[in-house]
Amino acid sequence: MLHWQDQPLSLSTFLGMVIGAVVVLGFILFVVMYLIYFERKVIGWMQNRIGPNRVGPLGLLQSLADVLKLLLKEDVIPAAADRSLFMLAPIIAFAPSFMVLAVIPFSATHVFTAGLNVGVLYYIALSSMTIIGVVLGGWASNNKYSLIGGMRSGAQMVSYEIPLGMSLIGVVLMDGSLNLNQIVEQQHASHLWNIIPQILGFCVFLISAVAELNRTPFDLPEAESELVAGYHTEYTGFRFAFFMLAEYVYVFAMSALGATMFLGGWSGPFLPGWLWFGIKTCVFIFFMYWIRATMPRIRGDQLMSFSWKVLMPLAILNIVITAIVKVLL
Amino acid sequence: MAQIRTEEMLLNVGPQHPSTHGVFRLVVKVDGETIVDAQPVIGYLHRGTEKLAEGLQYTQFIPYTDRLDYLSSMLNNFAIVHAVEEAADIEVPERAQYLRIIVAELNRVASHLVFLGTYLLDLGAMSPFLYAFQDREQIVDLFNKICGARLTYNYMRVGGVRWDAPEGWIDEAKAFVKYMKDRMQLYHDLVTGNEIFLNRVKGIGKFDAATAINYSLSGINLRSTGYKWDLRRDRPYSIYDRFDFEVITGTNGDCYDRYICHIQELMESLKIVEQALEAIPEGPVLGKVPKLIRVPAGEYYSSIEGARGELGVYIVSEGKDKPYRLKLRKPSFVNLQILRELLIGQSMANLIAILGAVDIVLGEVDA
Repeated sequence: MLHWQDQPLSLSTFLGMVIGAVVVLGFILFVVMYLIYFERKVIGWMQNRIGPNRVGPLGLLQSLADVLKLLLKEDVIPAAADRSLFMLAPIIAFAPSFMVLAVIPFSATHVFTAGLNVGVLYYIALSSMTIIGVVLGGWASNNKYSLIGGMRSGAQMVSYEIPLGMSLIGVVLMDGSLNLNQIVEQQHASHLWNIIPQILGFCVFLISAVAELNRTPFDLPEAESELVAGYHTEYTGFRFAFFMLAEYVYVFAMSALGATMFLGGWSGPFLPGWLWFGIKTCVFIFFMYWIRATMPRIRGDQLMSFSWKVLMPLAILNIVITAIVKVLL
Repeated sequence: MAQIRTEEMLLNVGPQHPSTHGVFRLVVKVDGETIVDAQPVIGYLHRGTEKLAEGLQYTQFIPYTDRLDYLSSMLNNFAIVHAVEEAADIEVPERAQYLRIIVAELNRVASHLVFLGTYLLDLGAMSPFLYAFQDREQIVDLFNKICGARLTYNYMRVGGVRWDAPEGWIDEAKAFVKYMKDRMQLYHDLVTGNEIFLNRVKGIGKFDAATAINYSLSGINLRSTGYKWDLRRDRPYSIYDRFDFEVITGTNGDCYDRYICHIQELMESLKIVEQALEAIPEGPVLGKVPKLIRVPAGEYYSSIEGARGELGVYIVSEGKDKPYRLKLRKPSFVNLQILRELLIGQSMANLIAILGAVDIVLGEVDA
């Protein structure tokens, strides 16, 4: 089963794929639950307060209680909302967040994930689909705040998708592959993580990733103090949970991508690969939480000009430098 | 480049909105995210405080002032008792004067801390909000010890204060002042030095001194334009002339100046508290006051420097124990008038930044 990717399709490899997918999905749901717990604890610590500590030992079951609460809540759809689109939007936002995880190599043997040749491209292409769900949710709610949130989100995610994708091109040029497994293997073989030669690309990636995830200081689509809750103002219960889930799965997925592309993924001394992968991903996640506890929100026009006037040129510069160095060496 | 014509949209910001600081409604007409017109609607919290005063004895009215600007009840108390004392010519013992100054300035600190926290929350930063409330909590605790309340303090009486400070209170207050002075560096590191914050507030919601005076603005809104006007210095009341403090002014009259004025004024208030705590004499805390306070017939106006500007009390008396008419000059209400002028042409995000910086408390606006 360990090398089902290379085997011809048989019943056992098919079963392997299905079981693998289920295990990864279950694992991700577990991770998301504890990401929320982790976030509340980390931010609580930074803000001199306790955070969840009531449900279960150390409050560890708080997220479970929250999930239950969300599932049991009344499902409200505003009378004037576009019903079908309103119901469709969270699914469109949510589904790609899981699909992108199919190409992340979680460990050295990367049992359950696909060694796709165009992994990076696949990730970027699929993750952009979430924009549609968010814009649609904002539009279908028939709420002006939601609409503004949805529109902001459309503008923001489209703008930041570009520097995000371009920041990865440097790594792709260096390693000569779009396959995430190979990118990790090359970093492992050369004993040099891409963050060092690609520091500029890394910085652009990091900022774009935070923006792409709609997290502080780029949380304009939600912008609680401006738009109440932005695109998901009208969503309740499990539909809201879908948006929330999508957001946190992306936090994990984006951090995993960053760890894979720039920090050598599962490679590292002494510890097992999956643990290295986990640690590196957590560093990214912690960084995002840290930023959230520190920064105020940026304004729409500043956000745009930052993307197009600062990040884009930097990303292009990074590509040019990488290309020149690659030709010369 | 020709602008693409888009449809305008009417957006109700409030009465239930996280950033309208109470029940305030702002009907804005937006073109995309640009505000074309803004119409403030107030009165959702109106309780007829001034009318109630006509049926109440002067002392009975004090608790009603607690609920005006509920973030600075001590200062509201101060305004009414000071007005009655001036009108009825009532003496206040020394120790009570000092206690009043201490609690009033501590309340100003608490109020400015709430501004600091909620303003940053308006701009999307959560941590300063929690830090500010943790610091304010210490003042609230001090007030709880001195008057038994945590929000609607009701400590001052005509002719003095209700209770003397409990044992050890003065030392606790001294410790707090020291703590708070050190603590301010944290806010500067976290907020004042933050590039995003500066980009959000510099040059936003700008007006000059002439406009401010035309709109009859007072307090930090006026001082942020560079106009040095503080009742504690320019029309000293109580014993403010005994303390050494600066009147803080800004230069540009933008949101940044209003923020920085709040921070610096907070430090000045701490300075006053420190001096008052050092110099407080022993003695009674309530002077000789007639059982039934009657204000001689006539019209009286007295004002103090509230946390948000000039807090005035205008009394029309017929010589009875109740006012014939009592009018309050509420700084939040007056300061709010400039809002529409500041908002037109701004974006939605700036709306929140501007409204927050004007620093209103709806309890006082509506009254």
